[in-house]
Amino acid sequence: MSPAPALEAVDVTRSYDLEGVRVDALRGVSLTVARGDYAAVVGPSGSGKSTLMHLLGGLDRPTTGVLRVGGRDIASLSEDELAQVRNATIGFVFQSFQLLGRTSAVDNVAMPLVYRGVRRSERRRRAIEALQRVGMGHRLDHRPAQLSGGEQQRVAIARALVGDPQVLLADEPTGNLDTSTGAEVMALLEELNRDHGVAVVLVTHDLEVAARARRQIRVRDGLLEPDASCSEEQPTRRAAGRKR
Amino acid sequence: MRLAEAWRVAVTALRANRLRSLLTMLGVVIGVAAVVVLVAIGSGAKQEVEEQVNGLGANLVIVVPGRLDFGAAPTKSRLELSDATRIERATGQQVAVSLSSGETVRFGGREAFATVNGTNPAVPEVFVRPLARGEYLRESDVDTRRRVAVVGSGLVEQLFDGADPLGRTISVGGVRFRVIGVFESVGGSFGGNRDNEVHVPVTAAQRLFGDNRVDAFALKAPTTDTIDEVSDQALAVLADRYPDEEFSAVTQDQILGTIGRILGLLTTVLAAIAAISLLVGGVGVSNIMLVSVRERTREIGLRKAVGARQRDITLQFLLEAVLLTTLGGVIGIALGVGGSLGLSAAIDQLPAVITWWSPALAFGVSAAVGIFFGVVPARRAGRLDPVAALRTE
Repeated sequence: MSPAPALEAVDVTRSYDLEGVRVDALRGVSLTVARGDYAAVVGPSGSGKSTLMHLLGGLDRPTTGVLRVGGRDIASLSEDELAQVRNATIGFVFQSFQLLGRTSAVDNVAMPLVYRGVRRSERRRRAIEALQRVGMGHRLDHRPAQLSGGEQQRVAIARALVGDPQVLLADEPTGNLDTSTGAEVMALLEELNRDHGVAVVLVTHDLEVAARARRQIRVRDGLLEPDASCSEEQPTRRAAGRKR
Repeated sequence: MRLAEAWRVAVTALRANRLRSLLTMLGVVIGVAAVVVLVAIGSGAKQEVEEQVNGLGANLVIVVPGRLDFGAAPTKSRLELSDATRIERATGQQVAVSLSSGETVRFGGREAFATVNGTNPAVPEVFVRPLARGEYLRESDVDTRRRVAVVGSGLVEQLFDGADPLGRTISVGGVRFRVIGVFESVGGSFGGNRDNEVHVPVTAAQRLFGDNRVDAFALKAPTTDTIDEVSDQALAVLADRYPDEEFSAVTQDQILGTIGRILGLLTTVLAAIAAISLLVGGVGVSNIMLVSVRERTREIGLRKAVGARQRDITLQFLLEAVLLTTLGGVIGIALGVGGSLGLSAAIDQLPAVITWWSPALAFGVSAAVGIFFGVVPARRAGRLDPVAALRTE
């Protein structure tokens, strides 16, 4: 009776055709991200962790295998349906923030709600709420250029949160920040995970950052490395335990 | 709701690149303005001609020798003055005659080129041709070949410089004529300036030109319904008298129809040439939209990542293109209307009439240009793969 996991990959592969050369970025990966999970995907560059991120976020489709986002097998979804699943299930946080330069913080945050058909006044209300949650309630009408890197990433996190997703997918969220700002952002993600129950999956090659996650998913050469410290069942159990 | 958002984004994008947006619009602006101006001048010309032709009088029938085919060579007239009397008898209407030629008219040290028209007293009955001063020709003037003249107001200005022309003697083609009347000004038209006419008795004109024929007859049907009947009666008289010749009876409607067709064709051709600028402008819009899509690839990737559907993105860019062209269209209409009015105010001979449909059409066409030339870049934007788009630097 437990709810479906937020993300689930079963024997997923992903191959690209690069100018006639077949590149196997993922060669058979199975993993589950439960609701409330907090996982770090680590691995050297070229290991396939970005590909895994894109697949988990529903931005890409596996070559073979089954991928469920928010409980739905994305193979059967059209592009537009997939976009709606992303909108409802995933909040993206990018290394380079990906804020729209000419748009105020509050409008940046409200953007995902546009594609959910939320009314403008309601969008603004919820965007302000999200900004307050990340401690940016005082910077509503600032443009990204008027904000520091840490503040920009907070706005980006607010944008990821505004649609009440099951999972925050963060791709090197501290990659463009100095150490102390990066730590603040990590603390924020942890707080959101702890207090709001949103699952966090972050891709990083910073081992210190990864160590703070409840479990690590190690990717190497397109495969997951078995890791004694975190079996597949463990996080689910923990998450379930936390909910009593 | 999404439309509103797409609208907001499009406006923001255009304002962010003001100069570029303006330059892109320029092609559409020029195209639309040119079409509006040309259509206005074409319509103005048509209206002017209609006023002139209708200003001649009502229910006119003009009888000329030969067939009235557009482009047919003029036929040498065999009509005689006595034929007018025959037609008068057959139709019961007064018949004005005309034998005209260009001649130099002199008074004092001045000279002017005028259309000298040999006519008869029926002219004021048939045509609307009010006199400002003096009187028109009489039957006795025609009978006695008297050298008297009624002159147009334009000639009076050129020759007399404000002096009273009545009773003065002018030289027409070297022959002296006494001025007995002055026409009211009726203004120029495309067929020539009627204020530059001199009317003399047809008999005097025949002697002056060394001709014993007349060019044409004109008569007036009592009502609009009887125009055809009167035409047929007049033609029957001539067919009886000149069995081997052809004659034509022309009505104002026919003249207007012919001139209208010519002007319409001219306007269409000119407007079509101007519309090429619109097309070129459209290509410019297409080009700049492709640039815009490339510049904003990451934005597109982001929007797709957070849930924008393909059609949301396509709509956003399509709207941007349409906004660009319709804004250009509105500016072009304003310039075109302003330009037409300015031109016709500055140049007397260039009347301009703004018809309601030409700005409406121009607006519709510019919107269509936006859709047509925006759809390729917009669809390209909509189809972008979010992963690749987000990775773009």
